[in-house]
Parts: sequence; structure tokens; C-alpha cells
Amino acid sequence: MRGNPLEVKILTRRFGLPNSASIDVYLANEGYQALKKALAIKPDDVINEVKKSALRGRGGAGFNAGMKWGFVPKQANKPKYVVCNADESEPGTCKDRVLMEYDPHQLLEGIVIAGYAIQSHQGYIYIRGEYRYLMEIVDHAIAEAYARGYLGKNILGSGFDFDLCTHSGAGAYECGEETALLNSLEGLRGYPRVKPPFPAVIGLYGCPTIINNVETLSNVPHIVLQGGDWYAKLGTPNNGGTRLFCLSGHIERPGIYELPMGFPLGRMIEEVGGGVWRGKRLKCVIPGGSSCPVLTAEEIDVPMDFDSLTKIGSMLGSGGVVVLDEDTCMVKAAWRIMKFYAHESCG
Amino acid sequence: MVDLIKLTIDGKPVAVPPGTLLIDAAKQMGIEVPSFCYYPGLSLQGACRMCLVAIEKMPKLQTACTTVVGNGMVVHTETPEVANARKAMLEFLLTNHPLDCPVCDKGGECELQDAVFRYGAAETRFLETKQHEEEKKFSSLVYYDRPRCILCYRCIRVCDEGMDVNAYGIGFRGAHSEIIPNRGEHLECEECGACIDICPVGALTSGTYRYKTRPWEVTYTGTVCNHCGDGCKTTLSVRNNVVIRANNRDHSGVNGEFLCVKGRFGWDFVNSEQRLTSPLIRKNGKQEEASWEEALAHTAERLQAVLAQHGPGAVAVIGSNRTTNEENYLLQRFARSVLGTNNLDHHRTADFSSLVRALTEAGAADRHATIEEIGAASSILVIGNDPTHQHPLIAYQVRQAVRQHGARLYVVNAGEIKLRRQASQYLQVSPRGEAEAVRALAGQVTASQDLCTGEAEALPTFAQALTKESDTVVIFGDEIQGQGVGDLVRWGLTLSGRTRFVALGDYANSRGAADMGLFPDTLPGYQPLSSEAARQQFESAWGSNLPTTSGRNLRSILEGIRAGEIKALLVFGANPVRTFKLEKAAFAGLQFLFVAELFRTETAEFADIVVPATSFAEKSGTMTNTCGQVQALKRTMRKAGTRSDLEILLALARLFGQKWPYQSSEDVLREIIALVPGYGIPLPGLLVGHAVATRPEGAPPPLERPDLVFSSRDSLFTSGTLSRYSWALNSVDEAKKPYGHAF
Ligand SMILES: Cc1cc2nc3c(=O)[nH]c(=O)nc-3n(C[C@H](O)[C@H](O)[C@H](O)COP(=O)(O)O)c2cc1C
Ligand code: SF4
Ligand code: SF4
Ligand code: SF4
Ligand code: FES
Repeated sequence: MRGNPLEVKILTRRFGLPNSASIDVYLANEGYQALKKALAIKPDDVINEVKKSALRGRGGAGFNAGMKWGFVPKQANKPKYVVCNADESEPGTCKDRVLMEYDPHQLLEGIVIAGYAIQSHQGYIYIRGEYRYLMEIVDHAIAEAYARGYLGKNILGSGFDFDLCTHSGAGAYECGEETALLNSLEGLRGYPRVKPPFPAVIGLYGCPTIINNVETLSNVPHIVLQGGDWYAKLGTPNNGGTRLFCLSGHIERPGIYELPMGFPLGRMIEEVGGGVWRGKRLKCVIPGGSSCPVLTAEEIDVPMDFDSLTKIGSMLGSGGVVVLDEDTCMVKAAWRIMKFYAHESCG
Repeated sequence: MVDLIKLTIDGKPVAVPPGTLLIDAAKQMGIEVPSFCYYPGLSLQGACRMCLVAIEKMPKLQTACTTVVGNGMVVHTETPEVANARKAMLEFLLTNHPLDCPVCDKGGECELQDAVFRYGAAETRFLETKQHEEEKKFSSLVYYDRPRCILCYRCIRVCDEGMDVNAYGIGFRGAHSEIIPNRGEHLECEECGACIDICPVGALTSGTYRYKTRPWEVTYTGTVCNHCGDGCKTTLSVRNNVVIRANNRDHSGVNGEFLCVKGRFGWDFVNSEQRLTSPLIRKNGKQEEASWEEALAHTAERLQAVLAQHGPGAVAVIGSNRTTNEENYLLQRFARSVLGTNNLDHHRTADFSSLVRALTEAGAADRHATIEEIGAASSILVIGNDPTHQHPLIAYQVRQAVRQHGARLYVVNAGEIKLRRQASQYLQVSPRGEAEAVRALAGQVTASQDLCTGEAEALPTFAQALTKESDTVVIFGDEIQGQGVGDLVRWGLTLSGRTRFVALGDYANSRGAADMGLFPDTLPGYQPLSSEAARQQFESAWGSNLPTTSGRNLRSILEGIRAGEIKALLVFGANPVRTFKLEKAAFAGLQFLFVAELFRTETAEFADIVVPATSFAEKSGTMTNTCGQVQALKRTMRKAGTRSDLEILLALARLFGQKWPYQSSEDVLREIIALVPGYGIPLPGLLVGHAVATRPEGAPPPLERPDLVFSSRDSLFTSGTLSRYSWALNSVDEAKKPYGHAF
């Protein structure tokens, strides 16, 4: 991973450490401290802290995570589930992959805290089929967490139980959509459900369920540990924290960079990505994965947060920033992207 | 009273109950929002995007089929943007569509065709080669043409939610998606054809109808199915005197759009090449074709000879479970007032008499449930029978009650019948243990050790749960008869609310045969023969005396034939040789056997005279379903050479010198309405196709012997003798044998 001095490393701060995926390295670097802290307070207080943080979903839609958790009925005589969306298949997006590869325990800790917050006792991580090697890493981390008592019965003596396992997708883009994902997880065809009802009320197996992206959940331990206010201040109003931007395309230094929310796109391309490659001029940018409307070279002053991009008619999406140079044939680019969606259409 | 939601659609205000879908709210105002995947009664799919409408303050067009109304919503269903979106959706749907409308079965009644006609998507921007796939034969009755399929999921949902079969899924993805049947390449299912019917396009086509006609070249007649006792309304499509389709697309009648495999496909016996079209007279031991006049004159002569020589006690009459009320009524009149005998019966498939008797005794003669009431019940108790096979509409109604409004279903059965899947309580009893279970539920006896094959507490738990219900509909098969019906009714009436009952009889007019008094000891309307008043009523109407002593029941008729005491037998639309598994020797003592039939059945083979009768499709009259609802049968076609039982009986009566005052079945019906207790029904509703409930009341004699009442236990693919002449039913029955009906 290439670094850049402009980065604000929160989620990626352990990435450089040798053996960063192991539980020992994690524990030596504040690992599972947040869980301990969360288990000592009321579940609702955890939700409130997350609400305060203005953490918004990193899967694409940017919905306020704390609010989503708040929709789960408190009194339900059904089980509740936490599902982590690790299907990462939006073209141009590759951040969940590194989060699981270099710091899986950060994600596990976030999931257990989310489980505690909504009083769920079972979680699933739905991992994109092509990420087979990640299955091994995450499964290994889960085994470590069970062995050390961060998963399973009576976690850290709190009386709270939580089980977690991984589930492999079969390689369908559509299964990243939350309700198609739930169907797939249930063994059905990966086809989206009619909403409402939303998963928070009727989700996995008809039970209340929260679904969050890998990056969203990986943020949770930091919010619990350092407080919602601290987190919110890292970004712009209503857009808390940092974000892993996946810079790709015709750019000098492609890579994944953790930058504060609201970091201007132009500066991202120039100062972080080293500018358009081969000295060419910029034609346009896809700001958040291939399903987002394209921004022209004139529009790149925009701060990269959810609300600013919505305002100019595009989306922050999944954080996949694809830079296209002046020589790109836009018709061909559109055709290529359409081919992808035609192939992945659920019918 | 909940507050109505007020909104505006296309500039007009409307108020609807909360939870109403936008598409339905619009419909109420006469605004039709086009839709493919939306289907009332099925779960929402939101797949086709045809129903997009503009809602003010919403950034994008919304699907009217999934959007619930909200207060103050302002909706536009026909803006240029909306029309454009629909046109684009159609353009998409047509990208791979073969546009073979000129040969497609659905042409003329296709929802896609209609939508394109309305929104126009004649030009396309897609120049790619269409993906072609060969048509697939899912079963002998269901074919699938992938290129025509618009993936609306209706077939999948109706099979799952309506039929509880779940035979379909979708395979592959995107433009390659296709409907896949449960066995990969073929269907293993109930073959009800609901999926074909509900398919908006010509993707699913019917084995009996495909490529035979254009829909505007047939005549349509609403009539009643002739198979089981549930009495589904059906519309027969007839072309050139051949029935080619049955469905109920106007959702009328007791069944809405439901038809089972027998109703949708099993009418084809009507078209069978094996239909009799000429009377047969046995001459020198061989049945030879003869004219109607000769056959009927001969019949009258032979009967008169037997009567002169041996008296009326030597003549017997067996009636039908499938002929009309008017025919059965005339048959018993003929037997009683012309032949002078009460040796009259039919194959009783349910003990309707005991039900009427018990209800009348309890002062609860109005507690018969209708088909509709089953579907609306909050709790249902099913004892014995296997409705999925024997009463497909009632099984459907039960499932709908459970699925649509959470009714609780209680099942008592010796077998693991399919309906147990909907049951909130299922009491499995030992074989033929249903009657004992009823006595045990009623607290008359303690259940024997081996009654409940499950746990010991099963019965008390079951009884306990039932006491919490009210307005229960109790449905029972032939397992409950005689005394057992009395036990059931007395106990059932102790449950809270208005308990109502249904006895399940096998065939289209099993109930009517009983109502019309095809009994040796009971007059029409369950009046005991012993009742002087009842007898006199008919005597004065008919101007003749009726025999006063009870005649022989069916078992006793057969025994009488064997013993040489019965010399002449008339059989109308029944096949006792098969039903009672008789040998030829059983009829050796007969001097004369007359059979009116559609086919040369086992019984007809033995006959001295066989006359070709008309089928249900070729005559008018009324039928009474197992719930006691009367419906009109309407003639849809003619079959040369045949006559209806009504015409046959009128002719025979004439030959006996009688002047009967009937010109048509309607004349007979008027007499039934006037004379038969419980049948005082209004004629107009009946004539426009309604099912009119009867309210029989009476004290018929108790059941003489238990072997008189028994069901044939038909499967979904059989229907007594008739189904043997149905190519459609036989073809699916054969195909399913290796799988043991495992749907
Ligand atoms: C077609 C489609 C594909 C999607 N793919 C993904 C994905 O791969 N990963 C993901 O996290 N969210 C994906 N989403 C978004 C999810 O539906 C959902 O919003 C997200 O998992 C919620 O988590 P968050 O609130 O933490 O972002 C997709 C949505 C759509 C409509
Ligand atoms: S015919 Fe078969 S597949 Fe079609 S709806 Fe009926 S049971 Fe289902
Ligand atoms: S076969 Fe017909 S009903 Fe089934 S999905 Fe295709 S178009 Fe719809
Ligand atoms: S349920 Fe009975 S009446 Fe209805 S279609 Fe089937 S056989 Fe005919
Ligand atoms: S009818 Fe609304 S999406 Fe199909």
C-alpha cells in the first residue's frame, strides 16, 4: 500500500504492521478495547454514539448507520441478525478487500458491537465468491476470536452471546444489494425483495436484520472508543469520519487512500493520486463506482461527501473513483459498463 | 372505523383505506395503470416496472403496484414522462420477444400485445439478434416458450402461493433467465394449469388448446365443471362443436379463477371418439346399432312385460352422480309414479341425509357452509377425506383462508394428507379412526390406546385448541356417516359461534342426487317416504299414487338381482359394475338391463339396450355442489345422435301413456322450486350464473347399512369412469406414476 501524507489513517492505521491480521497484533494495538467498553454500557447508548458520529453507510447508499440500527424493533420475539455485506462487486471498488485482508479483527469487533447494540446473537459475513482467499483469512480470524472469548458464549464475562460465521457468495453482482443478499444467504435466488418492508423489520428469515458494509462496520470500534463527536468532526457535517477511496483509472498513483470525508475531488486526483497519467488532461471522473453518474472535468471541485455529490446529481457510492483521460472514448466506456450491467442483471 | 387516506390521482380526489396500493386505488377510480407482474391475491413482485407513475415530491417514478397510498399524495398516471417510461419498458420487453403474435395462442388476449397497442413501441433501438430457445414441453399439458416469457413471476407465485406446489423457479440470469420446472426439464405437479391461465403472454401454453384456434374464433359458454362435488364455474371454449379449453377468466362463481386439472383439462372426454352416438340393442347376444325410436319403444315394452309378469317390486333404478337435478328429479318421478317402485338409489359418496337429519333435529338447518364461507372462515376443521385430491377447490379455499387471513386449520386424518402443511393442529389417527376421534373429541368415549399414532396428549390438545375457536367450518368425508354424523353435529354445535358443516361427496351432482331423493326411502328434499303429507304433496302434483313401502337400496338391489328377485334394471349415468366390482354372473338373473351412458362402460357392455346420453357440455339444467349450492349448467354444443336423460325420460313416460307437463329442464326446475323443501330459490340469480345456497330441512330415515356410503377416493387425475376417457387426465396420471404423486 502506497501512502500519502494527506491521509488520515484510522481504519488503515494497523495495515503496515507485520502480521496485522493476527489477533495478537490486533490486541497489542487497542484491539477489542472498544468491545469491552461497549459491553459495559447500554445497547441504546451504543446506538446513540453511532448516531452522533454521523457514520454513513459505505456500501453505496450512505444511509446513517446509527439510524438504521435504531429501526430494529426493541421488543421482538424473533431472533435478530447482523449481516456484514462483503460482496464488494461494484466496478472500481476494492476497499473491503484490504480491510478484511489486513485487519479482519477490526471488522469482527465492529460486528460484535453492532450485535450487542441491537441485541442480536448471530451474525453472518457474506463474502463475494471471488474473494476465496479472504474467506480463509476471515475464518481464521473468527476462530481466533472464538478461542480468545471475543465470540461465542458470555463474551468477556458480560453475559452477552454472539456467534459469527462467513458465507460465500457465488459471484453475482446483484447479491450485493441487501435484499438479494438476504435471499442468497437463505439459499434462494439472488433477486431483490420488494421494499418496504425493510430488513431492519423483516430481514433474514423474516427476522429483524441490520445489513452493513465491511467498511461501515470497521469504523464502529473507533467510534465507540473515541466517541461519536470525535468521529463526526473528522468529516463534514452529517458525513462523519474518513473514507477509503479507491483511486483507479488513468492516474499516476492508483491505490486505496484513507481521506477525511469531504476531501475535494480535484485535490484527490492531483495531490493524492499524482494527477492524470502521462501528463494528459482530465476528461471525466466516475466518483463512486460504475453505477454513479459521471462528473466532467469542470465539476471536480466538489467535496467528496454524500450530500455534496447528491447535490450535483451524482453519488459518492462505494468510494471507487475512476479517472478517465482526454483520449477516452465515452461511448466505448459506456458500452463497456453497460455490458457489465447487462451480464449482471438479475432478469 | 379506520380513517380513510385521502390522495389525488390524475387531478381527482379519492379516499381509500390505509394500506391500499396505489394501483388498486387508481383502479377504483376507473384508472387502469398497466401492470404485468402485479396480480391481486399474490405477493408483490415489483419486477416488470410497467406500473411506473409520477408522484409529486418523489425524485423518480414509482411502481404503483408496491407503493402504499399516503395522505396528501398527488399522483399522475399519464404524464409524458410516464408514457415514455412505459414505452421504454415495452421496448425492453420486446428485445428478445419473438413477436410471433400471428401464430401465438395468446394473440388477441395477450396483455403484452394490449400494452404495446396502447403505448406503442413499434420501433426498437435494439438491433441485436434475438436470443432464441426451443420451446420446452414441461408436461403433456404445460409447454413453455422461453422467448415469449416476460419474467413476471406470476406462474411461480400462483403455483407456490395459490397451489402450494411450488413447482417453478427461475434459472440463469439477466436476459438468459428462464422458468425452470421442479424436475429440471419436466414438471412434477398438480397440473392445474393455473400457471398457463395466469401467464400474461403466450409463454406457457396448454397441451389441449395450443395452436388450435384464435381466441376470437370460438364461442364461450359459462357452465359448471362435471367432475368433483365442488362445482367450479367454468367457461368452455368451443370451436366447431369441439371443446378446446376451459378457464374462468371472469373470476365468477364460487371458484374465482381456480380450476383444478380436472376442470381445466379433464372435460376432453366430451370430445372422445369413444362417445356413443347411436342406441344399441342386443340382438342374438350382440349389441347392434338401432334407431332411438326402436330402442325406446323396445325399452317400454320390455319394462311393461316385466311389470305385468313380476310386479313393480321386480324393477329397480340406479341414478347418477353427474346428471342434473332436473334429470334426477324426473328419474325418481319415473321410478315412483310410472314404474311404481321405490327400488331406487345411487352410489352414495357422502351421507348427506344424516347431515340434514342431524342439523334439523338440532334446530340448526341453516348451518351448511358455502364454498365462499370456507374461504372466509377463521377456523376450519377437516375430518377424513383428502381434499387436495378429492376436492381441489375446497382444498384451495382452505389454503386461501389460511394464507390470506390467517385462519387456523385443524386436520383429523389417518393419512398424511397434503393439507396438513397448512394445519395449525394435525391429529393423525389410526386407519378409519376418524369416527372414533370425533366421539373422543366430543368426550363420549376415551380414545383407545392406538387411536392417535402421535403423542398421548395429541387429542386433548387438539380439542382444547378448538374450544378457543368460533364460527368454525367443519368439513368431513365418508369416514363420518350414519350415527357418526349425528355425533359430529351435536358436538360441533357446542363450539362457540356459528359452526357450519360440509359433507364431502365425490361428484358434480352427488349432492343433487341426494337432494332430489334418489333413495328407496326418502322423497325429494329429504322427506321420509313414510310421511303421508310429503307423499300426498307429490301425489297431488303428479296425479298418481306413489308406492308407500320403502324400496331396495343399492346393495339390496344388487343382492336382489343375484337372487333373481329383480328382473329389470335401469341405469342412468352410473357404472355399478365397476363401482361395486361386479362379475358378469352378478347380472345373470336379469331379464332386462337398460343403460343410458356416454360410453360403452362395463355396465353398458352387459345391457340389452344402451342409449347414448348427452354430456354436461351438451345440456342445460342445474347442479348442486357438495355444499348445497345450486348452479346452472348451460348447453355449449350439440353432439349428434345423443339425447339428454331428461329427453329420454320424457320419451319413456310418453310411451307409458303419461302426459308430463314439461317442455324443458326449466319447467322441471320450476316444479322443484315449488315442491322440494329447501329448494325455494330465486331463479334470476341462478340464470345469470350465481351459486344459490339451498337450505334442506327434513327427517330422512337413518342410514340402513354402512356399506351404502363410500367415496371412490379419486385422485387429482381420476374421476370415476369418466376420466378413463380423458386423454388429458390419463396422460398426466401415467407420467406421474413413477413418482408416486409427490408434489
Ligand atoms: C445493485 C446493488 C449492488 C450493491 N452491491 C453492494 C456491495 O457489493 N457491497 C455493499 O456493501 N453494498 C452494496 N450495495 C448496497 C447495499 O444494498 C446496502 O445498501 C448496503 O449493504 C448497506 O450497508 P451500509 O449502510 O453499511 O452501506 C448494493 C446495492 C445495489 C442496489
Ligand atoms: S400446473 Fe403445475 S406448475 Fe402450473 S400452477 Fe398448477 S401445479 Fe403449479
Ligand atoms: S411464463 Fe408467463 S407467467 Fe411465468 S414468468 Fe414468464 S411470462 Fe410470467
Ligand atoms: S375442483 Fe372439482 S369442480 Fe373444481 S375444477 Fe376441479 S374437479 Fe371441477
Ligand atoms: S406491475 Fe408494478 S412492477 Fe410489475
